[in-house]
Parts: sequence; C-alpha cells; structure tokens
Amino acid sequence: MLCSKSTLLVLLLAHAAAALGAPTLVSWLGRRAFLVLALVPGSAAAWALGQTAAVTSGEGPTMTLSWIPALGIDLAFRLDTLSWLMVLLVGGVGALVLVYCSAYFSPASGNLGRFAAFFVGFAGAMLGLVTSDNLVQLYVFWELTTVFSYLLIGHYTTRKSSRRAATKAILVTTAGGLVMLIGIVLIGDLSGTYSITDIVAAPPTGPVAVTAVVLLLVGAASKSALVPLHFWLPAAMAAPTPVSAYLHAAAMVKAGIYLVARLAPGYAGLEAWQLMILVLGGFSLVMGGYQALRQHDLKLLLAYGTVSQLGLLAILLGAGSRATALAGLALLGAHAMFKASLFLVVGLVDAATGTRDLRNLSAIWRRLPVTAVMAALAMASMIGLPPFAGFVAKEAALESLLHGGASPAWLDIALLVAFVAGSVLTVAYGLRLWWGAFATKATIPEIEPVRVIRPPLLLLAPAALLAVGGLAVAVLPGLGDQVLSPYANTYPAGEPGHLTLWPGLTPALVISLGMLAAGVGLFAIRDRVERWQATHQGPLDADNVYRRTLRGLDLFAADLTSLFQRGSLPFYLGIVLLMVVILPGGAMALGTSLPDRISLRGGVPQLLVGALVVVATILTVRSRRRLKAVILTGITGYGTAMLFFLYGAPDLALDQVLVETITLVVFVLVLRRLPAYFSNRPLAADRWVRLGIGIAVAVTVAGFAMVVPQARLEPPVSAALPQEAVAFGGGSNVVNVILVDVRAWDTMGEISVLVAAATGIASLTFLRSRTRDSRRPRDHVPGELPVLGLGDPDPMAPLRRPGTSSGSRSQEWLRGGRTLAPQRRSVVFEVTTRMLYHTMLVFAIWLLFSGHNAPGGGFAAGLITGLALAVRYLAGGRYELAEAAPLHPGLLLGSGLFLATGSGLIPILLGGEVLQTAIFDLTVPLIGEVHLITSTFFDIGVYLVVVGLMLDVLRSLGAEIDRQGEATGHDSDLVGPALEPAPPLRDRL
Amino acid sequence: MISTPDFVLVVVIAVLFAGGVYLMLERSLSRVLIGIILVSNGANLLMLVVGGPPGGAPIVGMTPEQEMSDPLPQAMVLTAIVITLGMSAFLLAMAYRSWQLNEHDEVQDDLEDRRLARQAATDQGLRSELGFDGALPATLDEDAAEARDEMALFGEERAEVDWE
Repeated sequence: MLCSKSTLLVLLLAHAAAALGAPTLVSWLGRRAFLVLALVPGSAAAWALGQTAAVTSGEGPTMTLSWIPALGIDLAFRLDTLSWLMVLLVGGVGALVLVYCSAYFSPASGNLGRFAAFFVGFAGAMLGLVTSDNLVQLYVFWELTTVFSYLLIGHYTTRKSSRRAATKAILVTTAGGLVMLIGIVLIGDLSGTYSITDIVAAPPTGPVAVTAVVLLLVGAASKSALVPLHFWLPAAMAAPTPVSAYLHAAAMVKAGIYLVARLAPGYAGLEAWQLMILVLGGFSLVMGGYQALRQHDLKLLLAYGTVSQLGLLAILLGAGSRATALAGLALLGAHAMFKASLFLVVGLVDAATGTRDLRNLSAIWRRLPVTAVMAALAMASMIGLPPFAGFVAKEAALESLLHGGASPAWLDIALLVAFVAGSVLTVAYGLRLWWGAFATKATIPEIEPVRVIRPPLLLLAPAALLAVGGLAVAVLPGLGDQVLSPYANTYPAGEPGHLTLWPGLTPALVISLGMLAAGVGLFAIRDRVERWQATHQGPLDADNVYRRTLRGLDLFAADLTSLFQRGSLPFYLGIVLLMVVILPGGAMALGTSLPDRISLRGGVPQLLVGALVVVATILTVRSRRRLKAVILTGITGYGTAMLFFLYGAPDLALDQVLVETITLVVFVLVLRRLPAYFSNRPLAADRWVRLGIGIAVAVTVAGFAMVVPQARLEPPVSAALPQEAVAFGGGSNVVNVILVDVRAWDTMGEISVLVAAATGIASLTFLRSRTRDSRRPRDHVPGELPVLGLGDPDPMAPLRRPGTSSGSRSQEWLRGGRTLAPQRRSVVFEVTTRMLYHTMLVFAIWLLFSGHNAPGGGFAAGLITGLALAVRYLAGGRYELAEAAPLHPGLLLGSGLFLATGSGLIPILLGGEVLQTAIFDLTVPLIGEVHLITSTFFDIGVYLVVVGLMLDVLRSLGAEIDRQGEATGHDSDLVGPALEPAPPLRDRL
Repeated sequence: MISTPDFVLVVVIAVLFAGGVYLMLERSLSRVLIGIILVSNGANLLMLVVGGPPGGAPIVGMTPEQEMSDPLPQAMVLTAIVITLGMSAFLLAMAYRSWQLNEHDEVQDDLEDRRLARQAATDQGLRSELGFDGALPATLDEDAAEARDEMALFGEERAEVDWE
C-alpha cells in the first residue's frame, strides 16, 4: 500500500487535530458533531482492515523516527497481528461508541465539547499505545490514556462521587505506571535497547530481568484492573456510560492485557511470570465473577464481570502455549465486542427507564424487544453459547488447557480449575444481567408505560452491530485461525491451536456443557446465593484499604502541616537556619577535620579593625535605639570595607564604603518616621533561644571558613584570568573585566534585580503614580510655592533680615532652598553642596571610565552619583532633588538595562557571541587615538541602573515621605531625640 | 594551593553571623534588616576567605600575577554588595509601609496558616472522637446510585425514526 508507513503518523495527527477541534465542532453542530468525529477512529480501523493481508503475511508496516538517539529511544511503530487486532478494536468500537454518543446525550447537556475532545484524544493515545514498538514511547501513550481516562471519569466535575472515582483511577493506574517505568528502565538498561521487538527476540535473563518483568506485570495489573488493584474499575462507572463501554470495557483496560501478550513470547517461561499470571489472573477471574453476582446496579455488575474477563484474558495470553494464546486473542476480540455492546444496552435501558437498578426493572423486554434481543446475543457470546465468538474462544481455551502446553503440569491444572470456576460464574452473572435488565419479575411492579420510550436507531445500531458482529466473526470459517495464528505462533511452547465452530463431541465440549449447566443452576438459586453473600463478607476489601490509606495520608499531611506551618516568620527562619547547622554542619563535623594551624598574617591593622567590627556588632545587637543601631551597623560595614582592602580587594572596599554611606542615609530618611526605640521584646526565654541559634550558625559558618580553604585540590579557575583580561577583555582591572565581560550574564541578572527592587520601593511608597510628583520649584506659580517648616518655632527670627527666606535668585546657593523655612536651612551645607556636587559627578564619570583598568567601574560610579544626589536632597529638600535630577527614574533604569542588553547584542552583529567584548582603536580628529571597548557600554548601562535605583530610593523614601508627612500633618524633619518621650532608664545603654 | 585560614577574619565572620542571626529572628522589620546587613557582611567576608589567600589588588601592572588575590570571588562579592543595598532599601520601604498601615513595623503571624493549624487540631479531635472510620467516604453502591448521565429525553425526539 502506498505510503502505508506514514499513514499511521497521519492517523495519530488526525486524532490530535480532531481532539483540538472537537470543542469548536460541537459548538457548531451540537451533538451531531460526534458523527463527524466518529470518522477519525473509524478511519484507523479501516486502515487496519486494509493492511490485513500484509499483516497476515508478516509484512505489516513499520516506521522508525529518531527521537532521543543518545538514550536509544526512538519513535517506533509497527503493525503486527496483535497490534492489528487492537487497532481494529480501538478504532472500530471507538467509532461505534461515538455514533452512540450522538444520540445518547441530551442536546442540552453541558461540556459536550470537552467530552468529545477527551474521547477522541483518548482514542488517539490508545492507537499510539498499541502500535508502539518502543517501551518508553509505549509508556508515554500509556500515561496519556490514564490522563484521558481520569478526565473522562471525572466528566461531571461538580459531583463529589465522580471526582473521587477519577482520583482513585488515576492514583492506582499512575502508581502502577510508575512501577512499570522502573521495570522498563531496568529491562532497557539490561538489553541495551528499548525496542520491544528486539527485547522479546533476545530477552535478557538474570535476577534483575526477573525483577523488571515483575514490575512490568504490576503495571499491567493496575491498568487492566486485576485483583488486588481492580477496585478503581467499578468506581470508574461514575463515568458516562459510553466511556464505560469504550475505555473500561473495550479499549483502555485491555492495555495491560496487551502488554502481557506482548511480553509473553519472551518471558512466559519464567517461574515468577507464571506465578504472577496465575495469582493475578486466577483471583480476578473468580473474585470478579463472584462480586458480579451480588451487584444490583447493572453497570457495576458489568464492571465486575469485566474484572473477571480481564483475569481470564491474562491467564490465556500469559500461560505461554501457542494454543492458549490463540484462544486468548480470539477472546480479546470477542470480549471487546460483547462487553461494549452490553454497556451500550445498559445505557439504553438507563436512558429509556431512568434507572439501572435491577430491583426496579421489570418486563422491560416487552417495551424494548429489539434491545432485549441484542442484549441476549451479546450475553450469549459472553457466557459461551454456540455459535458465538465467545464460544469459539472458550472451546479453544478449554481444549488447549486440557491438552496442556504450558511447561509445568501444576500450572495447567491450576489454570484449568480457575477457568472452570470462572466460566460457571460467568454463565450465572450473564444470565442475571439479562434477567435483571429485561425479564418480568413477579415481585417488582412494572415501570409506568409512559416512562419507557423507544430508542432511536442511532442509539440502537452500535450496540446491535457489536452484538451481531460476535455472531458473524464466529460463523466465518477459518477466519480466526488465519488472521490470529501468526501472533499466537510466536509463543515458544506448545502445538499451534485451532479455532473451530464445531469441534465435534470432545471432552472439552462435555465440560463446557457441564459448566453451562452449573452456571444455570447457580443462577436458578440466585436468591439463596445473594443471601449467603450478604452474610459472608470478605475480610479484606481492597477498596477499603485504599480509602483508609488515603484518609490516613490526609490526616498525616494535615498534622505535619500544622506542625511546621505556624505562620510565624521567625519560626520558619529558625527551622531553615537549624537545617543549615544540622545538615551541612553535621556533614562537616563528621567528614572533615580542622586545620592544624591558623594564620595571623594580617598583623596588627587587621587585628585592630577586626576588634572594632566585633565590638560594634555586639553593641548593635544590644542597642534599643534605632538610630544608634543603624550607626553601629554602619561602623561594622566600614570595618568590613577595611578588611576587604587589607585582603587585597580595593574594588570591594570602595563599593562597600559607598554602599554603607548610602545605606546610612536611606536608613535615617526612613527612621525619622519610625519610633525612636524598638518595640519591647517579648520574653527573655525567647531571647536565649535566638542567641542559641545565632551561636550555632556562627560556629557552623566559622567551621566552614576554617575547613573550606583546605579543601582545594586544583588551581583556581581564575589563575589565567589576569592575562586573558588584558588580551580579550581589554582591561587590567581583572574584577571589572569579570563583571562586564567574563561573567557579564551574572551582572545582567543582577542589574535586573536592582530594577525590580527600585520599582518595588517606588510602588510601596507612592500611593499614586510616581510620575506626577517630581515637581520643580519653577513648576509652581510664584507665591504659591510651599515652604517647609514655616510654622516651626524660630527663636532667631528677630535677628534675620526680612525677606531672606525668598531672596532673589542671585543670592541663593541652591534653588530648592527657597522651599525651606529659614530656620531649616544651613548656609554652610548649601555652599558645600554647591561646590561639591559637580566635583562628585566628574569623579563618578572618571571612575566609570577608568574602572576598566583601576578600581572603580559602573557600580562605584553609580553609587557616587547617588551620593551626590543625596547631598543635594539633604541640603535643599525635595524640590532641590527634582531640580538636580528632573528625570524620571524609570527612564534611567530602562535605558540602563537597554544599553547593557544592547551592548551585549552588538557583538552578535559583529559575528561574535552575546556579551563578547570587541576592541576598536579609532583615530578621532582633535582627540587622537581612542581605545574603544564595547564592554564599556555595558558598564555605562550598569551605571545608569544604579543611578536610577538611587534616584528612586531618594524620591520614594526621601521626597515622597516628606510630601506625605506634609499632607498628613506629620512633620517631616528629622526626629530629634528631644522630641521623643524619654525611654525607661533600663533601656538606655 | 591549600591556604591556612585567617584567624581574625574567622572570628569576625562568626561574630557577624551570630549577631545577624539573633536580630533576624526578631519581629521588628528594622531589626531584621539590620540583622540581614550584618549577615551579608559576614557572608561577603566568608566568600573572600574561602576563595583563596589574601594578596595584592588584582590589577595587572599594579601587582605581579603570583601575588594577586583571587579576583573571581571578589567579582561575586561586588555584585552581592550592591544587591544588599537594593534589598535594604526595599525592606526599609516595607517597614515604612507597615508603619503607615499599622503604626508599627512588626512582622505579624500569617492568619491563614494559623487557621490551618487550628483546623488540623480539630480534625485530630474528630478522629479520636469518631474513630477512624467515621469520616470515610460513601460506599460504591451509594456512589453508583448517584451517578446519572445527562441523557437525551426520547419523548422530545419522536421525530427521529421510531424503530422498535
């Protein structure tokens, strides 16, 4: 067939596209959109049918696309007999159920578009799953079906029961899936490939391989609802009935069985495999049938019946002999048809009568005769009546089990016993289903005739087609043998089996008749059976275990949360710090030793500065007065700067001094509005705890400082940096070259942080837009210029010449001075400011450009410019600040970031990498040789950002706090100690 | 390559950390901020000390290469210093805002978290009172009886083929 390889990919994409388009389609066409969407899975089935001949002759299409070659993971697809069968089921049943949906749902029902999308999406995922030839790829599709199943079970999002069922399904199946993933990785690691074909052809052996296979089977059991992981499937009946028919009968629950069938040719000989198949399959087969007998809800009855049948399928496809496998494949197809058909019929009865409880249904066969006949056909296939597909499959199964084929004899006998018991139960619950749904029951009043309405063709046809199909495939002679044998014969053991409609009077047939009779007998005494079941509850209920576990987990989580999430910041911080002490500190204490000698090479200067910092720190901690604490902190900062300098880091010392000064200024600006004293401390005991944590952290950190320098084994990466700085960075100040070139990405991130901080400060302070309040004196009408502190007591007033406060322009040193009352001005300060301001700016610019070769750079220059602005503000008030920098800080921040980014991008245009430095030597007229380095522009960007930050800080914490103080009547001047009530004596230091 | 640690600096670092942590664990934002500044200074010194032995300024032409201090930790510390400035200013703005709103700058407990803790406590009480099974969700049968699809009402669709 032309391009049959890529057809599969097209089909998968078609499913994806249909899923994405489904909501739109439903909004256009209403529920009729389901008919259009049915074409998509239908085309997959049609494609598989078209490939029948090729598949049967072993030449089915394959396709491999490279995905993650480094891990040996490809996108590999292939269509062999097993995949072919599954694609037919997934596509065919999917299309029929979609047709059913178009009549089943009320036109007024909500979220149909979403439902359709998930449904088609699921069909696509399932198609991918059954055609995957790579275990990792299979896992991806596997989990996709889990997610879609979750979304479909939880379709009625407003119902608690529906959400609970969906959660249960996804928890069980993903847990199983994760276990399976471990198995996949183990087995892939062992065999060096994830290709299923290769693994099955040459299965790895040994204890690890056995473990992997067991894990894979656990995953299969969770997906295919095998006991004890079966309990999610009955709960999943909360999904709309079409979902139950498709996902939870025909398609998704077959995924686990599919995996068993895939791996069986390679691993069916393992003892662990045989044991697990027997236990999982056997218990599911018997327990599912037993539970189905006691259900009153028709969907629950079918769900337990499905558990039972899945157990049977696991046994047949996992037993390992060719004949059983052939029977298993036949049953796989038959089950999908009759079970989906029965679900659709139950949905139909439900829709027509308004109930699914068999205790309320009586004489429905008279109202829905055709439906009843279709249900009878499907049921006949399920319980194995001739001449239906179910009969053919079960006869073949019985025949093969009687003849034996699996290697150990005990396995054959055990499987046969389980098979017989399960089949008897199947007959009983199958009859009970039909009887419950349709038969006339003497004790139950008939439902009001008006309530029972005949179904339209679209609703009946899919169920009828599936039921009649079960008859048709059985009657066509030799069909099953021909198309299914190629896969069954890949199994290693046993004689090839045969599928025949009439085997003659064999022992198998006799046993079959006996099982039928026993089943009918069990159905006949159903009342007694039900009573017995009601009084004999099993001791272990898997569902109960699940509920208890989940509840326990919830309670544990709540307890744990309430233990740690106290809502107290100091508590959290304390926990974090203690972890630092315990984990890295503990590792250090156990794994390292202190150096045998320490050095005092810093000499007397370092000792003196160190002592200063220690004393200042202790005094800071003990201080009760804000201003005092801030000034002492400043001293520790200046001391740190000196230690930097002594250590050989002049750049750090310069920046630290500047930052310390600015911090001091900003602190004082804010402190004038805060109370002079820290609020009272709560408890002395608390203080000891804090001190304890502080000392513990300090000891840990000191330990690091002692231990880490010893740990170095290799020469530092920066050993070659000095030469490279000159050669490639074009500068001799290595620290600066690192900032603007080697680690320029870091610097870029850092200035972005500064922009964010500046914006945050402005947003916290400005209650209105910050653009409005940078008014300069000349923006005011003369005479209306507010003057700060005019009403303050002024003992010196008689000594002043009148008119000084608003003197003519030639007399003033600072233009903003007019806005301050005379008693608030300081001529000395104003004169100094006037003289220093421009000098500071020039110094800043010099630092900016010389920083590449000497201490300095964008940071230092920006900080000095900021200090210059602070001086102007302090001397002349907020109007003076606006006069000094009539710019919006956002403009500085933005253009700085832009310049830094832009200068990083220019090298790309020149053919280099981002942030690579380019060096030009230009000859400029009049100036001469210019040594132009692109990273200088980066540094200018840094400079602008720092200036922007400083301006934002001064405008927010300075000018805006002034304005708010004026507006609210609080004085904005520095709060002098005299203005505050005197503190209690004990708090003074 | 192994360098002996500088004792004076180790002591200074320890004292800065001890004082800083002590203040950080307080509730007054301005004290927390002072604590952060102290810890930052300590951390910056720590970076320098563990980064390598002291030496001359890492400027080519000023110091011979063998005598230079390691420039890499210095560059990192330089950015850290400026970031600390940005953070201090931001925290100060927060302290000011807190003062504006509450007349103090103390960090309050998160009420939502406290509510959660209380709830968990009552839940615990509930568990011991009712026994473990008391709060288990509904059974399968009850759930199944509740599950009804939004099905079509056939009566309104008689116009479609009445097949049976």
